[in-house]
Formats: sequence, C-alpha cells, structure tokens
Amino acid sequence: MDYVIEMLNIRKEFPGIVANDNITVQVKQGEIHALLGENGAGKSTLMNVLFGLYQPEQGEIRVKGQKVNITNPNIANDFGIGMVHQHFMLVEPFTVTQNIILGSEPTTKSGKINIKKAEREIQELSDRYGLKVDPTAKISDISVGMQQRVEILKTLYRGAEVLIFDEPTAVLTPQEINELIEIMRSLIKEGKSIILITHKLKEIMEVCDRCTVIRKGKGIGTVNIKDTTTNELASLMVGREVSFHTEKKKAVPGQTILEIENLFVKDARKVDLVKGLNLEVKAGEIVGIAGVDGNGQSELIEAITGLRKANSGSIKLNNKSITNLNPRKVTESGLGHIPQDRHKYGLVLDYPVAENMVLQTYYKKPYSKATVLNFKEVYDKAESLIKEYDVRTPSASTLARALSGGNQQKAIIGREVDRSPDLLIAAQPTRGLDVGAIEFIHKKLIEERDKGKAILLVSFELDEIMDVSDRIAVMFDGKIVANVTPENTNEQQLGLLMAGSQLSEAGVHNDSE
Amino acid sequence: MTQNNRLFGILVPVISVLLGLLAGAIIMLVSGYSPIEGYAALWNGAFGDAFTIGETIRRITPLILTGLAVAFAFRSGLFNIGAEGQVIVGWLAAVWVGLAVDAPMILHLPLVLIVAMLAGALWGFVPGLLKAKLGVHEVIVTIMMNYIALFITNEIIRNVLTEQETTTEAIPATASLASEWLQTLTFFSRMHYGILVALFAAIIMWFIVQRTTIGYELKAVGFNQHASRYAGMNVSKNIILSMVISGAFAGLAGAMEGVGTYGTISVMSGFTNLGFDGIAVALLGSNNALGVVLAAILFGVLKEGAGQMPTSAGVPTELVDIIIALIIFFVASSYIIRWFLLRFKKEGK
Amino acid sequence: MDPWVSIIVATFIGAIFSIIHAVASVSFRANQVVSGVAINMLALGIGVYLTKQWYGKGQTDMVSEPFFRTDIPILADIPIIGPIFFQGIYVTSYIAIIFAFIAWYVLYRTPFGLRLRAVGEHPMAADTNGINVYRMRYIAVILSGALGGLGGSVFALTIVSNFSHSTIVGQGFMALAAVIFGKWHPLGAMGAALFFGLAQSLSVVSGGIPVLQDVPQVFLLIAPYVLTILALAGFIGRAEAPRANGEPYIKGSR
Repeated sequence: MDYVIEMLNIRKEFPGIVANDNITVQVKQGEIHALLGENGAGKSTLMNVLFGLYQPEQGEIRVKGQKVNITNPNIANDFGIGMVHQHFMLVEPFTVTQNIILGSEPTTKSGKINIKKAEREIQELSDRYGLKVDPTAKISDISVGMQQRVEILKTLYRGAEVLIFDEPTAVLTPQEINELIEIMRSLIKEGKSIILITHKLKEIMEVCDRCTVIRKGKGIGTVNIKDTTTNELASLMVGREVSFHTEKKKAVPGQTILEIENLFVKDARKVDLVKGLNLEVKAGEIVGIAGVDGNGQSELIEAITGLRKANSGSIKLNNKSITNLNPRKVTESGLGHIPQDRHKYGLVLDYPVAENMVLQTYYKKPYSKATVLNFKEVYDKAESLIKEYDVRTPSASTLARALSGGNQQKAIIGREVDRSPDLLIAAQPTRGLDVGAIEFIHKKLIEERDKGKAILLVSFELDEIMDVSDRIAVMFDGKIVANVTPENTNEQQLGLLMAGSQLSEAGVHNDSE
Repeated sequence: MTQNNRLFGILVPVISVLLGLLAGAIIMLVSGYSPIEGYAALWNGAFGDAFTIGETIRRITPLILTGLAVAFAFRSGLFNIGAEGQVIVGWLAAVWVGLAVDAPMILHLPLVLIVAMLAGALWGFVPGLLKAKLGVHEVIVTIMMNYIALFITNEIIRNVLTEQETTTEAIPATASLASEWLQTLTFFSRMHYGILVALFAAIIMWFIVQRTTIGYELKAVGFNQHASRYAGMNVSKNIILSMVISGAFAGLAGAMEGVGTYGTISVMSGFTNLGFDGIAVALLGSNNALGVVLAAILFGVLKEGAGQMPTSAGVPTELVDIIIALIIFFVASSYIIRWFLLRFKKEGK
Repeated sequence: MDPWVSIIVATFIGAIFSIIHAVASVSFRANQVVSGVAINMLALGIGVYLTKQWYGKGQTDMVSEPFFRTDIPILADIPIIGPIFFQGIYVTSYIAIIFAFIAWYVLYRTPFGLRLRAVGEHPMAADTNGINVYRMRYIAVILSGALGGLGGSVFALTIVSNFSHSTIVGQGFMALAAVIFGKWHPLGAMGAALFFGLAQSLSVVSGGIPVLQDVPQVFLLIAPYVLTILALAGFIGRAEAPRANGEPYIKGSR
C-alpha cells in the first residue's frame, strides 16, 4: 500500500491514565486525513507520539512502509514529519526568519548565522505556497493568521512531507480559515500529505479525504468522508446518538436587566476593541453573542464585570449604573460570571474545592465574622453545592486542580448560580468539555432563564449559540451589528454577519430594529 | 493524593536534614576529622549546659522571626530576599528609639518594638509597591534594598547616632528585652524575653494565614492573581500588605538583636545573614508557622553548636554553613526526593 | 605561581561548582532563587572551611604573584588616550571588556546564541525545533559559573590578594544589577558595570575631587542599587527579561 505514515496499535500511558489505547492510523500519500475526537480523547497525545515528543509503550510507527523509532522531534523532521502546533511554538522577540531557522541555522564559513541566505530561502518558500509571510517581521508584530503560516513555513523549511495540523482553526477568523483551507489544498497539490486534528465536523466534511475517529483513548475506526455524514461522525465521536438540539420552552422576557449604551473599551495595547456598543438583556431570556474571537467579546465582558476599565458609555444593571465599579461591587450588584478561562479566572486551583465555592462570598456572614473564617459553614455550603451540581470530587477538601475540566466547570457554575444573580454571564461555558458536561451546562443555563434570570452567553461555537440562545446579537469589530433570533437565521447567514457583512447583504431579517 | 502530599510535606524536610547531616559527616571523614567527635562537639555546643542552652535559644529567636517573614511573603507568592535589609533597619530603628526616647518601660519597650516593625515594614513596602503597581520583580528590588539598608545604616551609626564611632552607646533598661531572671537561669547567657515575642509572632502568623479572610486573600493572590481579581479582591493591596507584614516580622527580628542580645548597633562590614538564614528556615519549615519554629530551632542549634566544633573536634565552624546550604538544596530539589519516594513505594508494593 | 594559571583554574572550578546549581534548577526543578541562595551559602562555607583546613586560619596567605598594573605596549604611547586608558592598568580589565564583546557576538550572531536565547524565551518552541533544552540550559549555567569564577579570581588577584570570609561581598549581586541596568544585553551590562565601578571608586576618592567633596560617601555607595531600582521601575527605560527566566522546563507540559 502507499501509506506514507502508519501508526499501528499505539498505546501511551501517563501516570493514572491510558491516553492512547491500541490506536491505529494509516495516512495515504497525498490525502488530508482527519483525526477526530472530543477534547481529551487522546488526539494530541497520539500526534505527539508521532512527532517524537512522547514515546509509546506499545505499537509501531512506519514511514513509507519502513518501521521507524522516533525518539525526538529531530528524528521526526528527518522522516519528513512536521507539526503545526495549536499553541504556536514561536519565540516572540525573534523575527520570522530566526524562528524558522532555529535549530537548523545556515551558517557562513566563520560560524556566523547566514541570515541573508535564510531570508531569501524563506521568501522563496513563502511565495511558492502563497503564504505571504514577511521574513524580517518580528513575531510580536504580526497577526495570528500570519503566525500560523510561519509555523507552516517552519515545517516546510525542514523539508516536511507530512504536516500535522493541531486544531488549526481554533484561533482563526472565518476568512483566515478559508485562506488556510486554500493553503492546505496547495500543499496537497505540491505532493504533501496532511493530518488534521480537530473536533469540528464541518471542517472535516469540507476538506478531508478520510477520517480516523478516537474516543476516550481508543481508536474507533477510519471512514471515507465521501461515504459518511456529519451525524454519523458525531455519533462515532461521542459513542451514542447525539441530539444537537436542547429542549426548551419559548422565552418569556421580562424587564430589562442589563443595559449597555455606547460603550467604548480599550485593550491592553490601548486600542479600542469595543467601539460604541449597545446591548440589552431582559429577565428570562438568553442572549447569545455570536462573533469571531478578537472582535471585542472579552473586553466587553471584562468591562461589564469590572475587570477592565470602560473608556466611555454606560453599563446599567437593574437600572443602576455599574460602569467602572470594581469587580466586588459589580458582583454585589447582582452579577454572576462564568469566566472564559476557568483555570486563569474561575478557580484558585491550589485551593480546596470548598474554599473555591466561597470565592466571592468569603468575607460575608456566615462564612466569616470580623475577618475570622468559619470553616464549618464554608464546608457545609460546599458539600451542598457539590451534591446539587453533581461535582465529582473525592471530597470538598480536594484541591480544585485535581478535578477534571467538566467538574471544575460544574463547580464554578454551582457557585455562580447559587448566589442567584439577576444577570449571569457565561463566556464559552463549554469550551474543552465532553458532550455530557456540555448538555448539563446548557440545561442549567436554561433552568436559570426559566427562573427569570437574564443570561448573556458568549461563545465562538455557532452551534452552541444557535442551540441555546433566545436571541442572538452578532458582534463584529467592537459593535453589535445585528440582532436576530435563531428561528430566523442560519449558520451561513450568521457567518456572513460575523465577517462584517451588512444585514441586507446577508439577507437576514433584523428582529429588534 | 492529599494524604500523600501531607506525608511528603513532612518526609521531604526530614529526609533533607538527615541527608545534610550525613553529607556533613562524610565531609568530616574526608577531611580527616571524626564525625562522631564533631557532632558530639556540636551537641555540647548547643545543649552542653545551662549557658549554652540559653545562648542557643537567643540564637533561635531572630531566626524564627526572619523565617516567618520570608514564609509570610512566600504564602502570597512573593520572594522576600529583603528580610536581611529589613532586619538591619529594624535593628537600627530599635536602637535609635531606645536611645532617643525617654519613657517608662511599659511605653518605651513596646514603642521600640513597634518602630522596629514599622521600619522593616517600610523596607518591605517599597518592593511591594513596585511589584503591585509596576510589576517589578520583588527579588531584584529586595536585593538592592538590602544594600541600601546596609550602607545607610552604617552612615547613620557613624554620623548621626555617634560621632564617627563604630558602635552606639547601650540602650537604657527601659527599652531592653534583657532579663536578669533568664540570664541567671542560664548562667549569664544573653538569653532575653525576645523568644516569647517570636513565639507569639508565630501564633499570629498562623492565625492570620489559616484562619482569617486576610490570609484567605493573601494566599489566593499568591496562587492566582487573575482569579483573585475576578473574585473581587484588591490584588495590589494584598501584595503590598504581604510585603509590609513580612517586613514587619523581619524588622522585629532586628529588634531582637538590637534591644535583646546586644543593646547596641555597630557599623557592619557585611550582612547579618539573619535574613538569608530566614530563607533557609522558611523553606525547611514549608512556609508554615509551626514548621518555621521547628526549622529555626534546628538551624539555631546547628549554628550555636558549631561554635564548639573547632575547640573540641578541630572542625571549622563553616561545616555547619555547608550542612545548612546542602539541606536547602535537598529541600529545593524535593522533586527528586519525591520521585525516589514514589519509586520506593511502587517497588514496595 | 603564575596568576594566569590561577585564573584558569578558578574559571574551571567556577564552572564545576555551577553544575550543582544546574542540576538543582534544571534537572530537579528547584526554585532557582532558592538554589542560588543555597549555592552562595555553600560556596562561602566551603571556601572558608578549606581555607581553615589548608592554612589553619581564617584567611589565606597573600598571593606572591598577583596581577600588577602595567602599561600596554605601543598603545600606552599614544598621546592623551595612552595615559588615560593604557598606562598603569590591569590587563584583566581589558580581558573583561573583550569578553563582553565575545558574549555579544556569540549570543546575537551565532546559531548557539540563537538557540540559547530561544531556550530562555520559549523553551517548548526550542524543544519542538529539536533543540535539547536541558543541555542548552546546563551549558548556559556552566558558562555563567565559569565567568563568575573568573570574576572572583580577578578580584582576588588584583584588588585584595588573599581570600577570607569577607573577600567576596555581593559582587555577584552587583552583577545582577548590572545585567538589569544594562537591559539584558552583554554590552549594556558592560556599560553598567563600568558605571557602577566609577561610582564605587568615586566614593573612595571623592574627598579629593572638589565637586564631590560635599557629597556624602553614602550616596555614591548606594547609587548603583538605587539606579537599578529606578531602571526596573521603568524610569530609565524598560527592558524585558527573557520570558522563561527562572522557570524550570518540564517536558510535555503546557
């Protein structure tokens, strides 16, 4: 057979878990082969084995039919295997060229780096594959999309024949995704082979030839994309029929809870990222903010929650201004916040679960009196939340770090919902979670809505937005550019709106204006 | 998992101390001394009679406080290398107020201690402020503050407290921690009431860190500043507070020397090393109050006992410095000890 | 004995001794500041311990053949410049300056330097490019130890001529200050070191210089430290430390 890469019966263990259990992947010359699985299914581990970052306990790897032993990335390079990492492996203060040649630098006779020669070669490579990269630019000055293309160049410079793309679209705008797909096709045309790691079914259906599915560390099988459907892939990935639709009653919006007018917010580099935004969320409705990452969503949330200064405009909660109050005052005004990055913001990982459950209330009675903590009250509260929200933890005194992502998120949701805030902000509440946890979280959000709370959902997953929201506010370039309902739109139209098209061009009926 | 961690938390320091002492024995053997004689001399030097016990306790006293200082900052994620400088300014302040103010003991002594704490706190405030507001790394700033403390203190001793002398007058009895009773009890050692101050400080530290919302915030900030901000805590305030309290502990350690042991302050050619030893104490004591007290006792004993080693066994006192340095290495490299322990356990099963 | 032999041996011993720090902080993931504090205590302990062993007292004998001030042939005869820069100087001072230029060349112009800096900025990126992070870090620490040892021996063989517990008091910390003040650049560090040296010597001779006569010595003594703090606080232009400075690299973690 003309397999370029074969990974046969690979097993990789880490202390306490089997990350890969008897997985087989065979990649044909000149194909785009998808590796599909949920978060934590073991895709990245498998590819790190192929790339020589991990050594497998069992199984063998063949390159063009030859059995090989890949003990470090250099050897992988020698066999023509290159990896485009999800978290870019780029040294920020270095130039594009310095990053690309790092580890295999061309030198002059005197031992000096021959930077001119390297820049020339990189320019040629870039032109050949249409990558449009400036070899002399500094990494810290170029866009995310270009950084990814630098990563691609890094593998090509080392003569890669097989390119592994690890969740490449996670950080890209729709336009950049289209460009990437073009680049992948031109790579194939030049005789390369590609392994695409992803959990996004649509991408697979669009560009891939074949797909190998992994579930909970086990290989489920390989299918031809031509012969399959999105639904089949989904059930292979999850292991059961997946309903993409969450059951919910029609929303009964009440009075306005959150009201934002003409809001301007700058990011850390003093650039306006929220530019005159208006938004309203009513009691008893879920408003989903759809948009591509980087259009000001994070800054919007940070401004509402008091984590970032608003430069002008007003934010009102229950008709009272909370503009530029500190996070504690905002919380006390009736806001709950499920943060986008639960490890960075949501939890103190080195605190026990119990102490995390009182992260915003520890200074209040009954958890403390005159600054002295009452641990019995803290633990009682924690125990009851753990039970109610089904947080799987050995005990309330276990460190939050030791919990799985899904259980950490349940703990955060329990804590935020329990305070019974009038407004609950959920930022990417299901990112990186498995399907079970996702369903649980969606159900909870809808429950809160039914209790008459206002919910603001921010997500980069259109499925989630379409599925959970009662109303969708499309955010583009720091503004809400359209208000639509899930019933009156579809993903294509949303995609266009998110890319900055006007409502009329997208052909969407605008509900609010 | 949690239980394992707790077990390691105790085993790692104990094993490190044993390894350190073993290394000391090997060094003695290699350099032609008898380890048994050497350690016997050390034991006698620390516990030989009432006098040496008194001196040992005197030596332990400031170590507890500098250990607490470093440990306290550590708990909120800050590395206070500046305990050394804070000790020096605390010492200076204690003696200065002791000499300058005339008051009955009941006012004078507390005033001396408070001013020493304030001086140390001020020296901690500067790096705390720079860290909190400008994100400047506290390690470098505290190192620089140490030298600034040293040179300024020497200047003040020479030109303000004395006229070009190298040592100040002794402080009056109203400002002194010295105790005739303790001295008689320990055959006229320099032991003073400071040990009670130090132990009380340890209890305060334990209470603040483990039982109060102040400690809850400080630790949260140490573990995760982002989450602390999200939770509505004032991160800058907590960083500054942590450095200030840490500095106050160290300043108090300086007062132990100033108005406890010596009653004077002299021009220093180099550092007291009390602050640097505090790093060792905090590290060995796992940054908790009880651990710090135990570690301070161990290091105090080693350092005091070392004095007997040259005369009784011919071993240079610096052997103890080597042992202490090695103990810190072992604790700091606890990853490898844990790794060995885990392996040992696995094979045992 | 020839002082050149001494400094070569000292460089070598400095390199060997620094391996302890490398093992602790690179392989055993020790906190580098802690390991650094321990190594300072250990060095002083061993140094004085061996001194007592070998000399039976707290300090060594005076070195009979230290470096002497000399004139550099030819260059010393240049008018004006010659007397200022090339007469009555220690050769070692020029060696130090030459080393700064070599360090700059190696760090910024050679593959080795590129890799070394990459390992300090983003070790995982270096790792995925096939660079052995641990090996690079060991080499870096050992080279640093060698240069530290060289510095110590030059100090002992030019300024003090013997060794005791108070010979080396904080020159290493001062170097740390020079690196930061020099914005993490070898030539910047050299400039900072020259400036600190000037401040220190002024504090010694200020009595004889009319302008400085009335400046209390203490201000000159603390100047390097205060300036470093100001530099750090961004009052004298800010420079970023290497991103991964002080962080152990754990393979396979993100």
